[in-house]
Amino acid sequence: MDMVTLTIDGQKVEVPKGSTVLEAAHKANIKIPTLCFLKGINEIGACRMCVVEVKGARALQASCVLPVSEGMEVITNSPAVRESRKVTLELLLSDHNLECPTCVRNLNCELQKLSEELGIKSIRYPGEKHAPRYDDFSPSIVRDASKCILCRRCVSVCHKVQGVGVISPNHRGFNTVIAPVFDLSLAEVACVNCGQCIMACPVGALKEKDDTDKVWQALADPEKHVIVQTAPAIRVSLGEEFGEGRGAIVTKKLPAALRRLGFDKVFDTDFSADLTIMEEGTEFLERLQNGGKLPLITSCSPGWIKFCEHYYPELLENLSTCKSPQQMFGAIAKTYYAQKMGIDPSKIFVVSIMPCTAKKFEAQRPEMNSSGYQDVDVALTTRELSRMLKEAGIDVSKLPDEEFDDPLGISTGAGAIFGATGGVMEAALRTVYEVVTGKELTNIEFTQVRGVEGIKEATIDVGGTKVNVAVAHGLSNARKVLDRVKSGEANYHFIEIMCCPGGCVGGGGQPILSSEERWDTDYREVRGNAIYEVDRSMKLRKSHENPAVQTLYKEFLGKPLSEKSHHLLHTHYTKRPLYPEV
Amino acid sequence: MEAAVKKDFEFEQKLKMVDEMLEKYRGQRGALLQALQEAQGIVGYLPLEVQKKVAEALNITLSEVYSTITFYSFFNLKPRGKYQIRVCLGTACYVKGANKVLDRLEKELGIKVGDTTDDAKFSLDACRCVGACGLAPTIIINDEVYGRLTPDKVPEILQKYE
Repeated sequence: MDMVTLTIDGQKVEVPKGSTVLEAAHKANIKIPTLCFLKGINEIGACRMCVVEVKGARALQASCVLPVSEGMEVITNSPAVRESRKVTLELLLSDHNLECPTCVRNLNCELQKLSEELGIKSIRYPGEKHAPRYDDFSPSIVRDASKCILCRRCVSVCHKVQGVGVISPNHRGFNTVIAPVFDLSLAEVACVNCGQCIMACPVGALKEKDDTDKVWQALADPEKHVIVQTAPAIRVSLGEEFGEGRGAIVTKKLPAALRRLGFDKVFDTDFSADLTIMEEGTEFLERLQNGGKLPLITSCSPGWIKFCEHYYPELLENLSTCKSPQQMFGAIAKTYYAQKMGIDPSKIFVVSIMPCTAKKFEAQRPEMNSSGYQDVDVALTTRELSRMLKEAGIDVSKLPDEEFDDPLGISTGAGAIFGATGGVMEAALRTVYEVVTGKELTNIEFTQVRGVEGIKEATIDVGGTKVNVAVAHGLSNARKVLDRVKSGEANYHFIEIMCCPGGCVGGGGQPILSSEERWDTDYREVRGNAIYEVDRSMKLRKSHENPAVQTLYKEFLGKPLSEKSHHLLHTHYTKRPLYPEV
Repeated sequence: MEAAVKKDFEFEQKLKMVDEMLEKYRGQRGALLQALQEAQGIVGYLPLEVQKKVAEALNITLSEVYSTITFYSFFNLKPRGKYQIRVCLGTACYVKGANKVLDRLEKELGIKVGDTTDDAKFSLDACRCVGACGLAPTIIINDEVYGRLTPDKVPEILQKYE
């Protein structure tokens, strides 16, 4: 590789040709402040926070887009540089809604942190502010333009990472607003509710729809039996909000925390993930053996489902008819569990804790009520749960270990790995292999489908039948796989698609990392590794060995794909328009 | 009723022309500005139906198309009048009192910037420098340039248009 040597603040730095000055400084541990920069996603030199002096150049240069050259001399901390950054920041602040103490991103805001670091003590430029625009029509995502700094990180994620592209900078100059076409609401366009825009936002301009009040009210209502399920990915992310490291495993702290909040029973979505494998694994075998529609594509990820409905309606028949584990849980809670416990299902209030904003949309889909009641009453994100716990004075890191309740809290390692990309595929293969061959699977770790590579493919020998599988995460990767399916280029039998990069551990409802931390830490990989550690620590690691699931079939459902299963655990999909009506 | 049917028919014809025009740009995302300019030349403005066609032909998102249209003052989202008035608000014109000329135009026509008169005769837009700073302040009506204006010259100019 061709290397280039330059000097930054008197220090010699050697970096590969084509690197930017910002990258070179990063390598030399010289900190240059950034705001619009998001490594690998948004490197556009828009905000001018990262300006530096370059010897021989007439003006200050944006280091995030400035390529290094041999012998270049860079100064990152001169009076001119500091003054320029301050002016830029003050101008941004002069048009920013400064309601910091009541902002959802208070103390986790890049603009706030930068103001503190650059020593902004007052704003010298009082002036006109943008017209406030607040869009809370989507059940998942709220946009607040009064806090937007026009960095375009959300736009880049939406277009490049997710291949969705429903928000852009509209209009010009002072009137610029990041919004959908015709300034419609996110609820009116083909937004899939993934929330990756929220993860990319440095400020509070994008946030989840806050449903915590509904949960507080239910918890305070003595008439209601309030139960909660926690998604696989929560156990490797909630701790981060309480000072534990990235990906810290807090599986046993979760029941303790949720009980202290006042939930009547604390259950686990890992249970219904195991149930999903029973249904979906059987569905796959039936399609494979009886010439059904293939490839079968997983249906756990509600962002992916809505994406398919808008962008690939011709593949809706390929989707598994299985509801997601969140919805299966709700349907079982309001039927089987209600009967078993002798509780009127109308009194049962199901809350789910999800790493996901799209789960909010999924929970309110009108068809998700086969028990006669809405399967899930409220879906909260990891961040909302964290806020509730903080409000109640509960510190997750200081709680004792406790267990989930019976019976809907019993799970296997196969359920746990649903939280990472490739996990649903691996869990399904563990069960399908044993069902087909009748033999015990000795090496249960399908490492070919693990990891953060965008698209993973493998051919698995299942009792003499070669099964071609593919795993994609992040919707732009999903597009590549789907286009190959459509063109007939690929011959897959089974595809797992997760909407968010990294799978659910990287979901849009998870704790938010700053741009700076994201540069150094692949948080999806760290959390994903933790998920596999959870799996390894479990006594049971195959869904069909889950005793509570076995009992559920014996006492209630009969067998996978039974009439009752079909009624309660399966669903249908709706073609949705690609473009809005105006 | 008949007039409305005729209008729909004409619009459909124009959409077909847009389709034909877009053939040469198929798959070329870099051709966005040319495609939009030609589409506006055919239809007179760029409604959603036209934007969708451009997005599909060039294989880009509708959002990118809309973003580009709203960035450039030359592009119109609404139908424009028979005579399109553009008032230059570039630096030279502005300093020479272009905003007073604009105010007078709004008053005379009874519409605001960006709108079209009810009889579809005039539409009024502001634009940036038209490159005739020596004539500041200037307005352009269709392809005709009027310079060294004062607000009082506005009624006389408008009278020339039938």
